[in-house]
Amino acid sequence: MASLPRSPRRRPPIPWHLAVFLGPAVLLYSAFMVFPLLDSLRLSMLAPDGGFAGLENYQRLLTDGNLAPRFWGAVQNNLVFFGIHMLVQNPIGLLLAVLLSTRVLRGRAVYRTLIFAPTVLSVVIIGFIWKLILSPLWGVAEGGLDAIGLGSLFEPWLGLQGSALITVSLMSVWQFVGIPMLLFSAALLAIPDEIIEAARVDGAGPLRIFSRIQLPMIAPTVGIVAILTFVGNFNAFDLVYSVQGGLAGPEFSTDLLGTLFYRTFFGFQLQSGSPTLGATVAGMMFLMILFGVCLFLFGVQRRLVRYEA
Amino acid sequence: MFYKRFGTLAAVAVLAVSACASPGATVRPSGSTPASSAPVASGTAAPSATTGGSQVELTIESWRNDDLTIWQDKLIPAFQAKYPNIKVTFAPTAPADYNGILDSKLKGGTAGDLITCRPFDASLKLFQQGQLASLNDLPGLKNFGDVAKSAWITDDGKDAFCVPMASVIHGFIYNTDAFTKLGITKTPTTVDEFKAVLDQIAKDGTYTPLAMGTKDMWESATMGFQNIGPNYWKGEDGRKALIAGTAKFTDKPYVDTWKELASWKPYLPKGHEAIAYPDAQQYFESGKAAIYPAGSWDISYFEGKGVKIGFFGPPVAKAGDECYVSDHTDIGMGMNAKSAHQAEAKQFLDWVASDEFATLYANALPGFYSLSNNPVTLEDKVAQQAVDLRKSCKSTIRNSYQILSRGDTEKGQKNLENELWAVTAAVINGTKTPEAAAKEIQDGLDAWYKPTN
Repeated sequence: MASLPRSPRRRPPIPWHLAVFLGPAVLLYSAFMVFPLLDSLRLSMLAPDGGFAGLENYQRLLTDGNLAPRFWGAVQNNLVFFGIHMLVQNPIGLLLAVLLSTRVLRGRAVYRTLIFAPTVLSVVIIGFIWKLILSPLWGVAEGGLDAIGLGSLFEPWLGLQGSALITVSLMSVWQFVGIPMLLFSAALLAIPDEIIEAARVDGAGPLRIFSRIQLPMIAPTVGIVAILTFVGNFNAFDLVYSVQGGLAGPEFSTDLLGTLFYRTFFGFQLQSGSPTLGATVAGMMFLMILFGVCLFLFGVQRRLVRYEA
Repeated sequence: MFYKRFGTLAAVAVLAVSACASPGATVRPSGSTPASSAPVASGTAAPSATTGGSQVELTIESWRNDDLTIWQDKLIPAFQAKYPNIKVTFAPTAPADYNGILDSKLKGGTAGDLITCRPFDASLKLFQQGQLASLNDLPGLKNFGDVAKSAWITDDGKDAFCVPMASVIHGFIYNTDAFTKLGITKTPTTVDEFKAVLDQIAKDGTYTPLAMGTKDMWESATMGFQNIGPNYWKGEDGRKALIAGTAKFTDKPYVDTWKELASWKPYLPKGHEAIAYPDAQQYFESGKAAIYPAGSWDISYFEGKGVKIGFFGPPVAKAGDECYVSDHTDIGMGMNAKSAHQAEAKQFLDWVASDEFATLYANALPGFYSLSNNPVTLEDKVAQQAVDLRKSCKSTIRNSYQILSRGDTEKGQKNLENELWAVTAAVINGTKTPEAAAKEIQDGLDAWYKPTN
């Protein structure tokens, strides 16, 4: 301790391997994700002439008599869109995963592949197929309903203000139900068979096994699925654009934040675009997603009890 | 075990993705691939100025990809027969990319000598930036009326900068077999006759009276509001009054137009709320409908498709009333202000303004009409029926295009044209009253537009 020059402990070597392994990902991610995101936020704080405007664009987007109704309408539609996914897509995904995890079912891989197939199809194709199915002129939906005596229930759902958003949401649910199914399947398969067998020996039926063993053990996955759904839904654009067009009709009833952003940033038909105001819409989308993800992470995910399998 | 299963699944996924990659690409709107060939073509134009004595090369910039063969095989040879010393190249760009590419070419000094002009503000901006030359001294411009020139003239009407080339006319295409079968011998000319015909078709039940959908919304505004509206607001008088601020969308003529459109609902196909433009086209083409609210560009689509068609104009309120027809200016041609061959370029433009060009062009593209004052004879009978409306009726253009279309997103202003789409579709769907529609449109306009008196 008295003699300074020789340090008793060797300094740990610089962890080069960390830099080597992290480097490519950090570089690519920074260049193509972080930088554009920050630059978009910078753009949202500029006036059209390039001067600094602070939060003025945000204030206008949230309060201006012409801009605010469309923005809040899109937020509301987006919440409905998200709600339908949470209430329909994820429970069905879970149900399918549980069904496909039972040993008695034959051809599970085939079912899993078929249910997952729409997820990898182009949204343009999904939109086109569903528009044809639901077409009042030559769609099979009306004939199909007629065949089971429910023909009077048929409506031009995509064209009615009350049903267009729900219809588009359900198309999206149909397309993406495979993702929660796969995630839940993976989590269910990770549960050791001994635990389930032990429960069965103890006299638990399938329902009880599900509610007391499987569901608690896959709870972290439920959180992850919820976050993925949330992020995906608040970034959604392509399905509405391909099915309902850029004006997200009828009367903006299917207008999501994504389509609002598209019209604001790039313009539409005779309407010119505005990069700064478009970036403001994108900024609000970013803030909402950030807020939602934080809420999940700190409010839900951290409180979950993780059972070691 | 799971991972093994997952592996096969992933393989299926990859296959599926690669399988739909190519159709996915073709679905996109007229892609950027043709665009890349355009700069090459225009690059060859400028340098050859002095090579062969009097031989001069001119290049045309255009977004009309579709017309390439027409220019190469019909129009340019006809011009060169008269002016053998001027060689002309038609160098189109993909429609969606045209404005942007043209802008960068003009700024970089590589644009062709002749510029195909979009109507209104896009071209006006080029003129104000000094990129399009003034054509006030072009003799051929006297062949065009004020409405024809309105799309390519300064707001004060002093400087014209493009020769009007083509317009599209609105009206109704009808299924002649259906009319014959129902014993309708005379096409309707008044609103009452129009309604009587619709009622007769509806009562008979064989045909859907009107083939139009309201899902894509622009048909409601373009083939509905802008089609029948001019007879209500007296064409140019009403359009100019809106710009001058002496008329409002809440005035009777406009509300009445929306009222009339609202009354179309029972005559439209069931489920029209979810019927898109191509659906309506195919429905009419299949012979199941009697009348199709149309733009003249639809004529060439329907011809040769099995359904026999005729054309009649928008109905007037009372027999004997002056009629007005939407004769919307769509394509023009101007001169690059920095062209090295201005004299030759003007010779070409003067030819574009001539009757010879008008006849050639209108016959090559039925449904796109020359805007020249001198009547053109068309071989296509239906296209001729549509253009004959010019003789009996006064021409006007869509009221949401000139000046009033300048609602600026940047300032949070609503765009009149886009608002008309949504609102008019809602009126026909019955989810908005004509009065509410009128108020919404006028409020949106009042929020930013101050007439300059």
